Amino acid sequence: MNELLQTYPEEVKQILAKYPAEYKRSAVMPLLYLAQRKEGYVPRQALEDIAEILEITPTEVASIVGFYTLYYDQPAGRYRIQVCTDLPCALRGADRFLEELCQRLGIREGETTPDGLFTVEAVKCLAACHRAPVFQVQGDGEIEYHENQTVELTLAWMEQVREKVRAEKEAQS
Amino acid sequence: MSQYILLRHREIPNLDQLDVYLKHGGFEALKKVVTQMQPADVVNEVKASGLRGRGGAGFPTGVKWSFLPNNIWPHYVVCNADESEPGTFKDREILESNPFQLLEGLMIASYAVQANVAYIYLRGEFWQIAHQLDEKIAELEKAGLLGDNLFGTAYSLRIYTHLGAGAYICGEETALLESLEGKLGQPRLRPPFPAVYGLYGKPTVVNNVETLANLPPILENGAQWYRRFGTEKSPGMKIFCLSGNVNRPGNYELPLGTTFRELIYTHGGGIPEGRKVKAILPAGASSAIIAVNDDTILDTPMDYESVAAIGSQLGSASVIVADETVNMAWLVARTVNFFKHESCGKCTPCREGTFWMNRIAQRMMAGKATESDVDLLETVANQIAGKCLCALGEFSVMAVQTGIGQFRVDFLNQVKQTAPATQGD
Repeated sequence: MNELLQTYPEEVKQILAKYPAEYKRSAVMPLLYLAQRKEGYVPRQALEDIAEILEITPTEVASIVGFYTLYYDQPAGRYRIQVCTDLPCALRGADRFLEELCQRLGIREGETTPDGLFTVEAVKCLAACHRAPVFQVQGDGEIEYHENQTVELTLAWMEQVREKVRAEKEAQS
Repeated sequence: MSQYILLRHREIPNLDQLDVYLKHGGFEALKKVVTQMQPADVVNEVKASGLRGRGGAGFPTGVKWSFLPNNIWPHYVVCNADESEPGTFKDREILESNPFQLLEGLMIASYAVQANVAYIYLRGEFWQIAHQLDEKIAELEKAGLLGDNLFGTAYSLRIYTHLGAGAYICGEETALLESLEGKLGQPRLRPPFPAVYGLYGKPTVVNNVETLANLPPILENGAQWYRRFGTEKSPGMKIFCLSGNVNRPGNYELPLGTTFRELIYTHGGGIPEGRKVKAILPAGASSAIIAVNDDTILDTPMDYESVAAIGSQLGSASVIVADETVNMAWLVARTVNFFKHESCGKCTPCREGTFWMNRIAQRMMAGKATESDVDLLETVANQIAGKCLCALGEFSVMAVQTGIGQFRVDFLNQVKQTAPATQGD
């Protein structure tokens, strides 16, 4: 039973349609994004599912997860706050921004807030050098940019997310 | 006349809407190309325009197209939207705000080499942009501007987006193709070049976003019109990405051959608090660093030849400015760390070399290095140079060699711990 295929039959079909049938291995990257959508990381079972769909080995699928930085094999915070600290951003105060943000949250770079919602990480260039400090947020299967940031702006946005998550939980219970 | 041929959305509101784009002459060039021109005529027109690849290499676009053999089919066109060089953010603006001009350009390129399928490979971080593009593509199909029998001719084309997942190396065209095939993004040994053996082993054109966005105006107005901009050997307009220690960082569309001084001072508003420019990296983290010891360096025109003549390269024109407060040892350590992280691991000089350069550079920044480490760092860089499979490894040593060569005193101060360890605005 292929869980990925069962959960996302339409999406899998659409992804496969982009590539020639004899080269369906091309679909491995979009399928990994699909597998990562719910949990924020690629569960082991998904490696098998994708391998089966594409007729390659689970090891080959795992090698893609290992090579590319936007795939994860371990769970982390629901939202990954990824701050660019490359040269152009660093010249505009990105290091200080990251340091202060971590300080205010009481965590170190790479760690997750106690509520499990946010992981703060340093990443490489995001193509937003003119609007530093900048971070992207990876979570809920989406990626969103936050540019021209200050620590205050970021903390205010995090509070909004916490509110949203609280409201979601209340609606569920 | 208008100031822009690429960033036209800055003058025309809502140019990312199809009706607005059509109202401003959108898809006229494509219509002319598909209904009135032979593919070879399109190639010749682009050759005559002198357009050079905007992804960094500056290779003549029409010439690149002409390398595709006509006895192997199908042909593919791949748009390189993997924009990842630190200091580069121009393709993103086109993709976000003038997407139809890119799509029209991609369609013109596809017709020129008679490809019926084109892919747009976007860096994974451009997730939102990819979704917007998918909508634009669907809109074009619905409007009959993309799909089967374009403008009543026999020519058909499909365009698909494909998201990468965070690997700088995938901007290198053969690594990009490997990635698009569902493999690790590791460069291929060349030759054969993608023009002969590209995507799925078929003849393939890989062109940068900005390159493609140049095509509609060129085909609409002709090669001679295009040559009115820029210099004889570097014709046309270019988007310069200005970042670092400047008052107004951003994208500036200017003719090739504009001077550093005009970009930094007239457009970029100069340096904060009137400080002096110490160094320029004109091609992002991959640059050979230009030391601005002598103010007249700023009068160098930014075209491929002139920047090469002062020992650097124009690349994708991602101009990072460092002012006089910047410790160049710190700056170099930052670029080295980038390349160490992004090395794909395929060839030994790059995989091991960037690792060791990073180790030495970080040791320096941690205050645990000695003077001999400066020489060691330089030696490792010299050992890497000229031995790598692709440009990533070669570029990783540029800042190290030119940094130590021109700013050795900063490195010596750093190991003596008299220079500031970090830098910010």
